[in-house]
Formats: sequence, C-alpha cells, structure tokens
Amino acid sequence: MAHHAHETNTGIDNRKLGFWLFIASESIFFACLLVGYLVYKDGYQPGAGPRDLFNIELTTVSTFVLLMSSLAMVLGVNAAQRNLGRKARRWVLVTALMGLAFLGFQAYEFTHFYHAGLSLSSSVFGTAFYTLTGFHGAHVAVGVIWLLTLLYHGRGAGLTADKADDVEVAGLYWHFVDIVWIVLFTVLYLLEFVQ
Amino acid sequence: MATAAKTLGILPRPTAATGFWSWVATVDHKRIGILYGVTAFFFFLVGGIEAWLMRLQLARPGLELVTAKTFNALFTMHATTMIFLGVMPLLAAFMNYLLPLLIGARDVAFPRLNAFSYWIYLFGGIFINVGWLMGTAAGHVPDSGWFGYANLTSVEFSGGLGPDFWTLGLLLLGIGTLVSGFNFIVTILNMRAPGMSLMKMPIFVWTILVTSAIIIFAFPSVTVALIMLMFDRAFAANFFEVAAGGSVVFYQHLFWTFGHPEVYILILPAMGIVSEVLPVHARKMLFGYSVMVFSTALIGFMGFTVWSHHMFTVGMGPVVNSIFSLTTMAIAVPTGVKIFNWLSTMWGGQIRFTTAMLFAIGFIACFTIGGLSGFMHASAPSDAQQHDTYFVVAHIHYVLIGGSIFAIFSGIYHWFPKVFGRLLDERLGQWNFWLVFAGFHTFAFPFHFLGLLGMPRRIYTYAPGLGWEFWNLLSTIGVFVLAAGILVFIANVVVTMRKPMDAPADPWDGRTLEWTLPSPPPVYNFAVVPRVHLRDAFWFHKHPEGKEQALEYGEPHPGPIHLPGQSLMPVLLALGPTVAATGVLFVRMRESFAVPVIVAGFVIALLALWGWAFEGEGGTLIEPGEGS
Ligand code: HEM
Ligand SMILES: [Cu+2]
Repeated sequence: MAHHAHETNTGIDNRKLGFWLFIASESIFFACLLVGYLVYKDGYQPGAGPRDLFNIELTTVSTFVLLMSSLAMVLGVNAAQRNLGRKARRWVLVTALMGLAFLGFQAYEFTHFYHAGLSLSSSVFGTAFYTLTGFHGAHVAVGVIWLLTLLYHGRGAGLTADKADDVEVAGLYWHFVDIVWIVLFTVLYLLEFVQ
Repeated sequence: MATAAKTLGILPRPTAATGFWSWVATVDHKRIGILYGVTAFFFFLVGGIEAWLMRLQLARPGLELVTAKTFNALFTMHATTMIFLGVMPLLAAFMNYLLPLLIGARDVAFPRLNAFSYWIYLFGGIFINVGWLMGTAAGHVPDSGWFGYANLTSVEFSGGLGPDFWTLGLLLLGIGTLVSGFNFIVTILNMRAPGMSLMKMPIFVWTILVTSAIIIFAFPSVTVALIMLMFDRAFAANFFEVAAGGSVVFYQHLFWTFGHPEVYILILPAMGIVSEVLPVHARKMLFGYSVMVFSTALIGFMGFTVWSHHMFTVGMGPVVNSIFSLTTMAIAVPTGVKIFNWLSTMWGGQIRFTTAMLFAIGFIACFTIGGLSGFMHASAPSDAQQHDTYFVVAHIHYVLIGGSIFAIFSGIYHWFPKVFGRLLDERLGQWNFWLVFAGFHTFAFPFHFLGLLGMPRRIYTYAPGLGWEFWNLLSTIGVFVLAAGILVFIANVVVTMRKPMDAPADPWDGRTLEWTLPSPPPVYNFAVVPRVHLRDAFWFHKHPEGKEQALEYGEPHPGPIHLPGQSLMPVLLALGPTVAATGVLFVRMRESFAVPVIVAGFVIALLALWGWAFEGEGGTLIEPGEGS
C-alpha cells in the first residue's frame, strides 16, 4: 500500500520537498568540483591536455544518449501517473539501459585517456578531470541502481498509479544528474573548443 | 492497549517497547533528541579534558607535561570535538526533541532518516577518536588543526593516519548533518499545526529553519574539500600538491566558504534558545519578533559573504581584503539588532532570576564581548596584527562558550522538566551558573591580553620573561573553576534524576505549545492538535488580555493514533559508510584487503536501503491517553 501524502502546509509531498532540497545541496557540491576543475584544467604539462585527449564526437553521442534517457524517464513517469503500469515499466527499463550505455562510454573514455597517459596522479588536470566526471558517473550509477530497484518494485502489474510518486522522485533525481552532465559537457568539452 | 499495526512489507519491524533494542531501533524524535544530548555531552566532556590538559601544559613557561606533537593533537581534537561532536549535536538535541513539539506536529517529516542522522553522528564521532588508542607519537591522532589546512595534511608532512581519521570522520558526520538539515526544513515547511503561519512560529523554529538552510548550502563545499584531501592522501591525487601545480589557497577558500557559515550554524540556534527563554522568565513578549526573524535570515545569508576574513593574511590583495572587511562589519548590524531586542525584551519585565534566565543573561553579556573582538579583527590591518595570536582565541571562546554553551545550559535548565519530568535543583543551578560564569571569564578574558602581548596560537610552551606568565597562570586557574561548575551541573542532574517525576506540565508559565503537554510528553505528542491563532498562543490562552481564542482545540483524533514503526535500517545504513571509510583507511595503509572492505561497506548500505524500502510500514496504533 502506498503511503499517501498527509496533508501538508505547502501542499507539496514531504518526499518531493525533501528531494528538491537535496538537489539544491547537490548543485553546490558539483559547483565546487567544477570550480576546482576550472582552477586546474590548464595544469596538464608535461602530459597531454584536454584538447589532445577529448574526442568531442564520441562524447556528443554519449551526451545525446543521456539526454534521450531523460525523455524516456518523462514518458515513464507519465505512464505511471496514467496507471499504465507495464508501459511505465518499459520506459523505466529503457532509461536504465541508456544510463548504462552512458556509463559504458565513460568507461571507454577513461581507459582511453589512461592509456594516453592521463591518470589521477599524472597532473592536476588529471586529478580534477577524473574526480569531477567520476563523481558524475557515480551519480549515474546510483541512478541506474535506483531504477532497477523500481523495476523490481513494479514486478507483476508494473509501475501503476499507486507507485507514481516513487517513479516521480526517481525521475527528479535522473533529470538532475542529466542537467549536471549538460553543464559539464558544455564547460569541459564545448567551451574548450570555442576560440 | 497499544496494538501492533498490520505488517505490510517483507521484513517485520522490531517492536521492543523498553530496553536496549528499543533505543537502537527507535524512530521517535524525542528519544533521538535524548540520545543526541547524552552522546554530545559525553563528547563535550572529552573535549573539555583535552582543553584542561592544554591549559595545564601552558600554566607555567617551559613545562613539559606533553610533547609538542601531543599538544598539536590536543588542540586539533579539542576544537574538532567541541564544534562537530559537542556544540552542534547538543543543539541538534534541542532541535530534535523540541521542533515537532513547538510546531504542534507528531514527529519530524522523516523519522527513520532522523535516526540515521544520529547513528552516523555516533559512528563518525568514534571514528575520529580512534587514533587516540593508537598513540599520538606516530601521528595517528589528527594534529593539523580543526581546519586541516592542506600541506599540513599532506602525506609528506603528516605520514600517520591522523588526517585520514579526520577527513573521513568529518565526511561521515557531514552526511548526518545534511540529512538533518533536509529533514528539519521539510518538517517546518510542511508539518505546522493548523493556523500556525510562518510568522506565528516560535522564534527558535525560525532559527532552526535558517540554520538548516545554512547547513544544506555550506556543507557541500567542505565535503568537496575533504574529498579532495582524501583523494590526495589515499589515491595520490594532486589537488593540493604544490609541486604538481595544486593550490593550497584553493583549499582554504573551500574550507572557509563552509567554515564561516558554520559559526552561524553554531550560534543561530543558540540565539533561538535564548530568545525562547528570555520572554518566559521575564514574563514579557519577545520584543520585535519580526525584526528578529529578518535579522536571523539576514545573518544566514550574510554568513556566506564573509569567508575570506579568515584569509586576510594569505595575501589576497587590498581590494579583496577591503571588500571582505566591509561585508564582515556589515554582519554586526543584524547581530547588534538582536542584542538590543533581547535587552528590550527584559526591559520592564518581571524578571525571575532562575538558572535558565541567568545563563541567558550571561549569554548576552559574553556574546557581546565576543562580537566586539570579532568586529576588531574584521578590519584587515588590525587583523594582520591579531591573526594567529591569542586575541583570536579569546574571540572564539567568547562567541562559542559565552555564546553557544551558555545558551545550551540555559536551554537545559528551561526544558529539563519537559523532557525528564523533573525540575533541576535551583540552588545547585545557581552554583553551576556562577562557577561557570566566573571560571569562564577568568580563563578566557586574559587571552585578550596575551594576544595583545603577542603570544601566538598553537604553541606548546613558551620562554619565561615575555610577560605572559601571570595571564597564563590565571587562565589555568579559571579552567579549574569552570570545571567545578560543570561538575556541579553533573551532580545536579544525578541528584534530580533520583527524585520522582513530579514536574508540572507548565512549570515556568510558558508561551509555546510544548508546555500544553504533560511532562514528559506522551509518545504521540498531541492527542488533539490545537489550532493556533496567534504568536505565543498558549500564553494568551492562559492570560487572554483581550485576545481570547488564541488556541482552539478541535475534535479529538478519530480512533487510535498510528505511530511509525521502529526500524533497524537506520543503524545499518549508518554502518555502511563507516565500513567504507575504514576501507579507505586501509587503502592509505596499502593493505591488500582495502578494496573488499570498501565494497563491503557499499553492500551493507545497499542492503540497508533495500530493507528500508521494503520493510513493512509496521508501527503501533495507540489510543490517545495511553503511554504518557
Ligand atoms: C559579530 C560577529 C562576528 C565577527 C565580526 C567575526 C569575525 C571574525 C574574524 C574576522 C575572524 C578571523 C580572525 C583571524 O583568524 O585572524 C574570526 C575567527 C573566528 N570566529 Fe568569528 N566573528 C563573529 C562571530 C562569530 C561567531 C558567532 C562564532 C561562533 C559561534 C565565531 C567563531 C569564530 C571562530 C571559530 C574563529 C576562528 C577560526 C580559526 O580557527 O581560525 N565568530 N571571526
Ligand atoms: Cu568568520
């Protein structure tokens, strides 16, 4: 039985409000890491720097996959709210798979960079790059585990309307992680090549 | 009779009503408040013993009671313990116990998360202190200052595990604090009694709201700083490795964008407590309520604009220093407004000099002195003289002991009868207050002179003939008096707890909703949640003064009240990160089993989360009137 929202002063469900606050706090967390990256990104000598390493085409594809996963999530939340349990379940599964694909791209990128000589200890650029994108990747991984738990939760009749709140909160998290990536992609990759 | 509600999930919830496990599994905000209070008081004593040892060492010039290395460990652990394990959790004890009662709620928004906050605080506190068991000589006790400045904390200069215990322990504590922050904000915004608009909330609730907001915006930057330190130390990263291009000043910025707001996390709730105690014991309404609310919010915001005043001597240049001087001085305005509001509250009141009131007045006196010395080093040129001298130590102690600790004692005497059903002895209370007050000034005021005479902070001994002997000796004597005062307090608690529970519901003629309940309150808090029409509704309910209908009782709760079920998942969830942190320690020690331990930590956390999501709702149904 879903634990339905008690009446609240703001009219917003406790969990949702709490989650918005969590997102606000996490934004500062990523902002601080990003500042760290900006402070250190030019410190790559004697090794290779961002321009030598980044493969912008590849990362554009992985970014696109992550963006589309947000769309799948929206469709999943929508289906759950309309009580289309099985359909919701399908979209959540698609979201999770796209998340995994993004992680696959990241794993490929990390190994590739590592073989090109960039490591956590090779330079301050390496330190800052792996920490920032690594923490983002860890957030995606947590999201994937969360979505898989939802799928387990929705075994049988699927993610029906009584679980719509659960799906929605997971969706909030997923969109947040996605938006963080868009900022990172813009600042780390796109701006690097703007001259 | 209380009946167990139907178990709806896969795992049954624990149901012990008394005994050890009932405390481990509790999700009741009142019990969690008591757990916080007792644990934090214990750590407060540990921090006190560390302080006492330092003062013994400094009593005379040239003493060799402890080594320089041990002294470093002592001042580091003293400050860390006092701030993160003592004062913050003592304030959290008040928030946990009182917040729902003050706003007419049955519990906080997320009871299980609340329990989790406590357990991870306990584990983090133990974690930070483990080094003491391994001895100070090898550097396994944190000894790089409570700010853990990079470079001092690099493997090169601190090869032992001290900084690892420190960073990982603080990361654990930070998780708990953040979770409490979310929990309290949601509770305040969503769960107030009907009719209690934001501007009718008790002022203490406002300070909890602003403090929680500071927490959720300030803790991420220290989290990042600590993670970077941990990466540097355990995984050979370069964030603060100057040779590889790392910047130690960047660490300071990250630390102080948290560090300064943190001092408001320590003082705003203290101000809130005093703002509740003063009106009750002066039998007058709080003067300038809305001004108090706005100054609280303003201080919360401005706390984020002044961090670089901790870095005036770093060499940021005159422009930056001037800007931060100005923003720092500006904070004195809302702070001063508060002081005048407290004085105006007492003005013309029928003051009862209870122990709670004495501590509240003591708070105002000490905090004002501390604010003045703060204002003095807000000016960058004079700070250049005072920085890293005992003048700063004087400032810290006036704001932190004089401010936070006095307010905490005031709150303890005020709310003890509500929590434990017994009134603390007033005669012992007076001894408690006067010894602490006299001891504190004897111990901390000389620091001003020592600072002006040029005695640096953090030295473990000094040569004779510098003119520091007298003030140092006096200060050490003061510590003994202060300690006597604390012992009287402990005696008072012991004596009081042996007496029967006979405190009336409303011993002080209180103003806020918690005094409408029996002492101690029943598990479900309010059998009938009242509708609030005014600020200080309970007071006007008793003394209408033309304001009838301040408080209205509606229909009693239909049928039995559902209480959230107990759960062991919070302890388990707190255990996960603690195990993972231990794994990172092993990485530092280059142990081969480090990675499996980290993985085990994550598995424990995942299992706990799974249990959390799928354990049944459980809980008990209780008829109003029972369990009180
Ligand atoms: C009127 C308000 C205040 C002003 C203008 C002020 C100003 C300052 C300044 C400029 C410093 C840096 C001194 C130096 O290191 O050279 C400082 C240090 C400090 N202040 Fe305050 N302060 C105020 C209130 C508070 C409060 C309310 C607290 C805590 C409850 C606090 C706790 C501290 C601590 C712990 C330090 C020392 C940090 C360290 O270890 O270096 N201050 N204050
Ligand atoms: Cu400050």
